[in-house]
Amino acid sequence: MINGYNRIIIKLHKYNFLFSELVKRDFKKKYKRTVLGMMWSMIGPLMQLLVMSLIFTRFFGRSMTHYTIYLFTGNIVYSYFRESTNTGMSALMDNAGIITKINVPKYMFLLSKNVSALINFLLTISVFFLFCAIDHIEFSWRFIALLYPVTCLLIFNIGLGMTLSALFIMFRDVQYLYDIFTMLLMYLSVIFYTLDGYAERTRYLFYLNPIYVYIRYFRIIVLENRFPAPSFHALAAIYAITAAAAGAFMYCRYNYKFLYYM
Amino acid sequence: MVSLDVLNVSIKYMTGDFRNIGLKDYVVQKLTGKYQVKEFWAVDGVTFQLEKGDLLGILGVNGAGKSTLLKAVSGIMRPTRGSIDVKGAIAALLELGSGFDGELTVKENTYLRGALMGYTREFMQRTYDEIISFAELEEFENQPFKHLSSGMKSRLAFSIACLVSPDILILDEVLSVGDGGFKKKSEARMLEVIKGGATTLFVSHSMEQINKLCNKALWMEKGRQRAFGKAEEICGLYGEYLNNMNKK
Repeated sequence: MINGYNRIIIKLHKYNFLFSELVKRDFKKKYKRTVLGMMWSMIGPLMQLLVMSLIFTRFFGRSMTHYTIYLFTGNIVYSYFRESTNTGMSALMDNAGIITKINVPKYMFLLSKNVSALINFLLTISVFFLFCAIDHIEFSWRFIALLYPVTCLLIFNIGLGMTLSALFIMFRDVQYLYDIFTMLLMYLSVIFYTLDGYAERTRYLFYLNPIYVYIRYFRIIVLENRFPAPSFHALAAIYAITAAAAGAFMYCRYNYKFLYYM
Repeated sequence: MVSLDVLNVSIKYMTGDFRNIGLKDYVVQKLTGKYQVKEFWAVDGVTFQLEKGDLLGILGVNGAGKSTLLKAVSGIMRPTRGSIDVKGAIAALLELGSGFDGELTVKENTYLRGALMGYTREFMQRTYDEIISFAELEEFENQPFKHLSSGMKSRLAFSIACLVSPDILILDEVLSVGDGGFKKKSEARMLEVIKGGATTLFVSHSMEQINKLCNKALWMEKGRQRAFGKAEEICGLYGEYLNNMNKK
């Protein structure tokens, strides 16, 4: 176990250069080398936020003070999740030409895509904080705790991305099925509505959705200005670790089988 | 000293239409018992040993399993049965032209490919100018890669790849890159690497080339090992075989 861990560290060090080149490539291709390109990627979530807050404030905003921020937290976390896993899904397929010719660790391609998505997410978060300031949210040192759900979500996304990219190589229709799945998940993630209308017990069922757990963490810190319970931290970590373990299992199991499908 | 030990290696390939079916079809076919994957042995029971500094030529008609064998030796594939024992660092140059990114510039692609080949950043910075001038692409450095002709693409690929100094070198028909002038240059360069003491495996359709360069040869047919031994002997046998085939 320790030996394997060491090997991975050495490998990571050795492929440091490759990793940065891959990140550069994905970044350049995504934003087409323009500042406007970067802006565009933020405009999507912002427009969605605008439309949603225009429409839903009438229904939910009356009983809540910071409804726009409430909406925004749900939106950025969910958007990051969707973008990261969607781009992660095609990470192996897009690099089929390389994988079949050169012996490089396959997870590098996935990690690189995830870095691009993460940078995008951090950009939107800075806009989010701007909105918080405008909406008179009190900033406190508690905000540092947001690093925790972000880290968990990153690990969760990488793990799920591994599973999806492996499945995508074997079954091309996974893309469409996943589209449907993410759409359903969006409605289950309590992004624009509240759980007030549900019985106490029913509310707990929503925690079966990892994305909601991460969104809720954000809201507890930003809107309720307190720390979530230790058990809540554990739940967030369990989801991340489970996803990562499942992804790692897929890659170990099918590492050499991918080639048949490319 | 043995530097490569290939022992009874067999590689099973899957064929059939499994590649084009979706998850839904897969589930349905599994349930109805219609799901079938055809298998065939692309490489079947190949055994040979190479000493340090040996030069092995691999002969055989298309589909004999040569490329699959090289993929297994280079670690891209894993043999279904048997074992491959490699001493030292491997560099595999397989079908060089592919795997570049059309949208990036020539320079960016050069660095990316270098990174993929396992070079360090310092090494690339030091040798970048040399690579570009060897590939004769000085004027194209900052142009999108997709604007290059296919000859230029493989020239660049070769120029990056030939900088290696591995213990084991694997060449899959890369000694025939570019036009007349470049071909000569690339062959000379490759010979330099080989003479540096690398154990080399290479696939070529030119028997002449194998006869000239190699001391050992392996003849494969439909995945099986027809013969392995001294290059002259094997080339003689293979030449006879080809002649007989043509007569029929």
